[in-house]
This record gives sequence, structure tokens and C-alpha cells, in this order.
Amino acid sequence: MQGEVAKSRKKLAFAGLGVLLLLLLIMNISLGSVYIPFSVIFKWIAGQGTENEIWGNILLKSRFPQTITALLAGAALAVGGLQMQTLFRNPLAGPSILGISSGAGLGVAIVVLSFGIFGGLSTLVASSFGVITISFAAFIGAFGVLFMVLFLARKLKNNAMLLIVGIMVGYASSAIVGLLQFFSAKEDIKSYVVWELGSFNNISWDKHLIFIPLLIIGLIGSLFLIKSLNVLLLGENYASNLGLNIKRSRLGILVVTGLLTATVTAFCGPIAFLGLAVPHLCKGLFKTADHSVLIPAVMVLGASLALFCNVIARLPGFDGALPINAVTSLIGAPIVVSVILKRRNLSQ
Amino acid sequence: MMKELLKVNQLSVGYNSGSAPLHSNINVEVLEGEFICLLGPNGAGKSTLIKTLSGFLQPIHGTVLYGEQDLNTLPESQISKMVSVVLTDRIQIQNLTVFELVALGRTPYTGFFGKLTPDDVQLVHKAIDEVGLKGYTYKTIDKMSDGERQKAMIAKALVQETPFIILDEPTAFLDLPAKLEIMQLLKRLSCEKKRGILLSTHDLEMALQIADKIWLLAQGKELKVGIPEDLILSNDFKTFFEREGVVFDNNSGSFKYHRINSKPVALEGDSVASKWVGRALYRLGYNPVSDSCEYKINVVSNGDNLYSFYENDKLMIECNKIQTLMEKVVETY
Repeated sequence: MQGEVAKSRKKLAFAGLGVLLLLLLIMNISLGSVYIPFSVIFKWIAGQGTENEIWGNILLKSRFPQTITALLAGAALAVGGLQMQTLFRNPLAGPSILGISSGAGLGVAIVVLSFGIFGGLSTLVASSFGVITISFAAFIGAFGVLFMVLFLARKLKNNAMLLIVGIMVGYASSAIVGLLQFFSAKEDIKSYVVWELGSFNNISWDKHLIFIPLLIIGLIGSLFLIKSLNVLLLGENYASNLGLNIKRSRLGILVVTGLLTATVTAFCGPIAFLGLAVPHLCKGLFKTADHSVLIPAVMVLGASLALFCNVIARLPGFDGALPINAVTSLIGAPIVVSVILKRRNLSQ
Repeated sequence: MMKELLKVNQLSVGYNSGSAPLHSNINVEVLEGEFICLLGPNGAGKSTLIKTLSGFLQPIHGTVLYGEQDLNTLPESQISKMVSVVLTDRIQIQNLTVFELVALGRTPYTGFFGKLTPDDVQLVHKAIDEVGLKGYTYKTIDKMSDGERQKAMIAKALVQETPFIILDEPTAFLDLPAKLEIMQLLKRLSCEKKRGILLSTHDLEMALQIADKIWLLAQGKELKVGIPEDLILSNDFKTFFEREGVVFDNNSGSFKYHRINSKPVALEGDSVASKWVGRALYRLGYNPVSDSCEYKINVVSNGDNLYSFYENDKLMIECNKIQTLMEKVVETY
């Protein structure tokens, strides 16, 4: 029976993704600008520690937190993207569509650039206090926009209008950022641009105390929306006729996506592309529209792709790390184009 | 005595509760197993009425009762078990199979994660079978024709297990055979499963043949309800649909192009062929009559030349193709 074929295909795809994720996790911990032998790494993962203090420090304070950041951020953005694509019934939607990333950018711009304007404090950004301030500013900006969107969502009946509002918020934020840049010193603009390029390695363990719980809550929350998302595939009218409370479901979806996107953007910068691309890859891979498959699938594939990009960005030879945003887009865009081309051929 | 499924009291419908309603004073009811067609010209407010009855629009005034319960006081979860809908929204979802689509109809009954029980699965298969999509169960809907997709939506409405089903122009995108198929399917479901079915359509002739009752709606007129035959004889169809150049023929129950200056041609013969000759004459602007007049066409059922055309009893042409005959008629008259 065809139904059985589809089921075994899904199992196979999940198994494949699981292995891929595991491999990428190991690669993320073992590869980097400092060579650490595999035997040492496996011993370290097994909890036996290492005699070499420097290696131990690199693993514990740099590679391990960075791996966790990429893992969770990838999963979070992919889930956010899938939810937005379903809610707005638009394949171009991504987690940033609500204007949350722009809000975060605005928060950062205000702190970085206006500090510069009012006192030339750009050196502040480089200090660890500065990094925390930036995260905090991004957090305030992102959640500020999120609450505004949620407030408007209660007033607006129509999803398309909400989408337009989100995009407008994005434009307005960019405009203000542009103005701030116009009046800022070069060094400050560079600090802002560096934030905008994104990074997975700014999260130390104390920040993980906020980052991890927020994302875990959001990811678990998304599991509770599976039924609503499936019904919303048919559009709002059918969904409400099938017993769905549209406003409540929409609020749930916005809160979860908002929480995930705002948290990731606050700590890692606006990571482009992942949230838009991963759902498309999963739909192509699993050949289903069922969110009880797609939600876990995008989590695993999103995490894998983020980890993969992180490995590339850190390849030995690149001094330090490449901006993650450039890597995600450069690697991801061709993948998505190829998926879309392949799909078009199939449907002909 | 058939059970009353839906009762509408003093209903006023419209999009904006501030402005004047589109239609007021609507009083109708629907019985178990009744098949009702809602007819009306474009812009009559059919969709508005349908949206109000499905619970998508608030009534401006009056009540919509499903059984004993007022639609407006019910939460979505209750409405979903009273009325199911098939809308004009075209469903284009990548990778969604017929099974998955129909299974969504079980949503009001499934648990928190929407997981189907074995009973649900069986119901879904049965419904897919009933609408004639058995071989399509695991096909994705983006690779199906409009008619097949519409059948899948009807199966979705079936597994929702509501006593009442509302369909907004279910045959709008379909070709004629598919239209007939869908209408017959719906009629059968209303008879066999005792569901009340209300559908809006522009296919007047089909509705006249198949509907148990017809609701007529037009801008500025009150809703008219009756069985098709009564509505024709009371000239309601004429008053609702006729406009300049369009005439409703009470004899055939269909529309005709109205010719103001049609020339009479006597038509003799009572075979099927003579009926089609009459159609051809009408199409070309002549009026086929049974009285004798200057021009005459005779149709016989066999022989070499089936059709003969006379001008003042003088034979003009004999032939066995209506096309040749008509060319001669147009040439001489």
C-alpha cells in the first residue's frame, strides 16, 4: 500500500537526519583553528576530562557552547519559518517576516550608534559589558516589536493585513537604523555591521542560562500547535469550520515564533535564510504537509544546517570565524534553488 | 415527519452591521435529507447568506437555529459538529494527499495532537470511497483535476459527520460532465445519508432538474422558496432572471436568446431532427412556427434527402445536412 511506503520513507528520512545531526555535532566539537586529537575529544565527551588545560578550556568555553548555540538557533529559526509559512500560507514567509529581527536590529542600532553619537563610546562595544548590552538591546527591540505585533493581531482579523504590518515595521526600523548610521562614526557603524552579520560564538555559559531555557520553551510550545497548523493549511474559513478558534491559535503561533526568533536574534544577530529554507528542504525530503512530521523534521534539519554552516565558517584557514550570515546564505541559497528546480521538473 | 435541521427566523444578512443589510426578513427551514439549491444572479448576495448560515458572518438581525441551538451563541467547536462547508477557496497545498485532506475533516473529534483512531481511519477511507476517489487515496491534491479535488472536499465534509452541509458554488470551475457528476453525488448523499444539503450555483437548468427545493435570491427582492415546478409556473424565475435580450422559457425551463424581429418559418415534421432544425432556425434569428406561412421547411425521417425548403410552395433545395439547408435559408430569406 502506498500509505505504508510513505511511512517507511519518513522513518528512513528521520534516521538519516539523526545520523547527520550526530556527525555534525561531533565535527563542530572536534574541528577548529586549534587541532585537538579525536581521542582526546571522545574522552572529553565521555566526561573523563583532559590533562591539557588549554584544550579543555577551548572545548568547554568555546566549542561546546558554540555548538549548542548553533544547534538550538537552527532548530528555532526553522520552526519559526515553518509556522509563518503555514500561518500566512506563503512560501516566502520566514521567521523575520513579523519584523522581529528588524526590531532587534533597531535596539542594537540605538545602543551602538547613539552611544557613539553622544560620546564616542564605540570601544564599549568591544568589552564584555558591551556584548551583554548589545544582547540586551536586541532583546528589548525584538520583544518590543513582538508585543506590538501581538497587540495588532488582536485587532486585525485578516492574516494578510498582519503580514503587511510586519513588513512595514521592518521598513520603518531599517529607516531609523539608516538615519542613525548616517549620523554615526565609522567605527560605530562597523560594530553594528558586525552584529548584523551574525555569530554563534558570542554566547558564554552565563548567557546560555537565558538562551537555552527560552528556546526549549519555544520549541516545546511548537509541538502543541501541530493540530492547529494542520487545519490552518486549508485557510482560515475551513479551519474555523473545523472547530479551530482562529484568534487563539494565531496568538499561540505568533507567541511561539516570536519567542524563538526574538531570542535567537538577540543573542546571535539576524541569521538570514535558515528559517525560510529549512521548511522547503523538509517538505521536499518528507513529501508531506503534515506538521506532526514537519515540526520535528525542521528542528533536526535546521539544527543540522546551522551546525554545518558553523563548521564551514570556522574551517581552518579562515582566521577566526567567517560571519555566519554570509555562510548560511551562500550555502543555503543554491540548495533551495536546486530543490525548487527539481520540484518543478517533477510536477511537469 | 422529517426532522427540521435548520431554522432561520427574521434573518438580516450583510457585511457591515452599521450599514443597511443586504437582505432582511429571511425565514426558511431545511429538513433532514433535503437537497436545496440557492439560485440568483451575480451580486444577489448568495455568498453573504451562505457565510451567515455557516457562521463566518454575524447576522445583523434574527437567528439561525441548528436544531434547538442558536448558531451565534455556539463556540467553533460546537458549530463544527453541526454544519460542514465546502467553499470557493481553491486549495493548493503541496504534498497533501487526499487521505490527509479528508482526514482533516475529523478534526472536531480528534484529540490534542490530531491523531486519528482506527475508527477515524476507516471513516476516512469509506468517505473517499463514497465520493468515488478510491484509487486516489494517496495521490497528492496538487496533481488532481478540479473536479476530483472538489470530490475530496465533499468527502472532507462527509467525515465531519454534520447533519447539514453547505457548499458555495461547488461546480463553478468544472466542465459539464464533472458538474453533473458532483450534483448527482450530492443528491445521492442527501437521499442516502439523510444529510441536509444547501448549495449555491449558477446552473439553473441543472438545479431545476435535481433540487428538492429552490431558494431564489436577487438584489432588492425577498428570498423566494419553493419546489422548482411551482417557481416556474408562478413566473418567479422570469421575474428573478430576465433582463433585456434574455428570456426564460417556462416550457423548457431554460434561457433563450431573445430575438426582437424574428422572421417566421413554417416547420413540418415531428422527429428529433426537426427539433434540431428548429434550434438552428432560432439560432440564426428565425422563428420556427407550426402555422403555414410563406417559407416552409419539411423534415422527413428517412430517404435520400431529409430536409426540403420551400418558398411559396416552390422547392428551393433538398439536402441531408442542416448546414446546407440553413445556408440556403439565409440566402433566400
